[in-house]
Amino acid sequence: MSEKNIRLSAKDLNVYYGAKHALKNVTIDLETNHVTALIGPSGCGKSTFLRSLNRMNDLIDNIRIEGEVNLDGQNIYDRMVDVVELRKRVGMIFQKSNPFPKSIYENVAYGPKINGVREKKQLDEIVERSLRQAALWDEIKDDLNRSAMAISGGQQQRLCIARAIAVDPEVLLMDEPASALDPIATAKIEELIYTLKKSYTIVIVTHNMQQAARVSDTTAFFYLGELIEVGDTKIIFTAPGRKQTEDYVTGRFG
Amino acid sequence: MKTISDKPALSLRKKFRWSEFLSEKIITLVSFLSFAFIILIFVFVFREALPIFSFSDKPSAVQTTEVQETYGDDSPSATTTTGTGSRENAAGGDRSPTLNNFAGKEWQPISLHPKYGLLPLFWGSMKVSLIAVLIASPLAILAALFTASFAPRWAKEILKPSIELLAGFPSVVIGFFALIVLASWSQNFFGYQYRLNAFVGGAALSIAVIPIIYTIAEDALTTVPKAYTEASLAMGATKWQTALLVVLPAATPGVFAAVLLGVGRAFGETMIVLMATGNAPFMSLNPFEPIRTMSATIGAEMAEVVFGETHYSVLFLIGALLFIFTFALNAVAEFYIRQKLMKRFGGG
Repeated sequence: MSEKNIRLSAKDLNVYYGAKHALKNVTIDLETNHVTALIGPSGCGKSTFLRSLNRMNDLIDNIRIEGEVNLDGQNIYDRMVDVVELRKRVGMIFQKSNPFPKSIYENVAYGPKINGVREKKQLDEIVERSLRQAALWDEIKDDLNRSAMAISGGQQQRLCIARAIAVDPEVLLMDEPASALDPIATAKIEELIYTLKKSYTIVIVTHNMQQAARVSDTTAFFYLGELIEVGDTKIIFTAPGRKQTEDYVTGRFG
Repeated sequence: MKTISDKPALSLRKKFRWSEFLSEKIITLVSFLSFAFIILIFVFVFREALPIFSFSDKPSAVQTTEVQETYGDDSPSATTTTGTGSRENAAGGDRSPTLNNFAGKEWQPISLHPKYGLLPLFWGSMKVSLIAVLIASPLAILAALFTASFAPRWAKEILKPSIELLAGFPSVVIGFFALIVLASWSQNFFGYQYRLNAFVGGAALSIAVIPIIYTIAEDALTTVPKAYTEASLAMGATKWQTALLVVLPAATPGVFAAVLLGVGRAFGETMIVLMATGNAPFMSLNPFEPIRTMSATIGAEMAEVVFGETHYSVLFLIGALLFIFTFALNAVAEFYIRQKLMKRFGGG
């Protein structure tokens, strides 16, 4: 365990929505340049956990969070932490693609712009690099000024990925990024995740067992707010240590 | 088998429901009534203004009798206060209908040689509306942005209704406040010559315009999908950057529509400008000079005018112009911009 390169780790993380105890004592380490899949039935807390990793949960009223999440050894729930800086380092991709109603170029350039990049040449460079990384450049390089709402759903989602990596984060959180896409677009996203993990640490929530098995190195199984089991993806899917995990991954419930 | 085939033959027969039929018809009728009212008002205002356009060709005596015929019999509503006496007056006076001077720069309707220059009135309306909207828009839009993106829920619950309540504020009260209080403050502060002027009127008018712009802009800002806000925040944008660079641009068509409707309201508003602008038909760029608006002119002169005379028709012409202007403004705001907004968010 000790020689692993840990980017993010949660320690005794508890999340309450009002009186509801949504996440119970979650302790987990997320390795650098690994893809970690979070699986579990709906309402098990996996999305809640994902959103606690860049404090998107802060936006919800009546939420209480206890415990620690450490990014490179620094607790992100420490009172001195700037949420804005944190989110620059921990980006997020949402379930439903949500490009801004602006041009494709403006979408990708948004992040760098708010970080103070003004020079056109530098922006062009970042946009091209990000779109290339998101495997979208070849498809839309001639339509950069088209509205982002006009491209297909799969392209939109990859555009959102390009937009997220344009601010050069260390971690990418993905909340069921392919659940609204057709199989071909899904395959492209999965391929993309595979290449992106060389540069980023990726955490992905998915309802799709096969997807978890295909893209992730580590799989964590959540059930009723608890982290039941975490381990190497191959082991989780072939020889899980817990009965509940086995029942879930073999499709007996969920 | 038998029991099943016995029942449905009867129970499925079409039934006539009186209450259903009636309520449906009544609702249809009522909704078309309000539509009909608008059309009728429009037709009436135009018909009253119409005599002017045939004036210049014909001798005035013929014209006035024509006017008399029209109004004596089938004018259904409106100014019956001006009785027969004044109509005879109309036949006698009003010898010089100066219709070619609508484009003139002087408004002197009561005179031996009346001048009906509409330009200063139009200019007055434009000027005071512009001042009102220039003051109201930033305040209203920023307030809308605050309630839509920043305010905690309790603040929103207090702010939104109280600003909207301002829309129901009697304009005469606002006018009175401007006339008595605002005008003096403003004069003491800026030290200009005329106590009542376009600026005071515009500032008072902005109180009436703010709630309109605020309500519609706030609606437009809250319909911006939360997903945009989340995406922006998740990239490390601050709340301000998100509100200013994502939420506001996404709601631009709606906010623009709000401003247009605000212009419409300002343009048509009568009582406030009648009380606070000084009512002198000056044409100047100086905001601290008095102006006279189209609406205030109608409001001030309609009760005094000789029924059926040129002046009377000109006032209706002004009314028709006001109608067309605000109608066009509202139509643009409603159909063009709202639809654009819908398209923007509906497509994704």
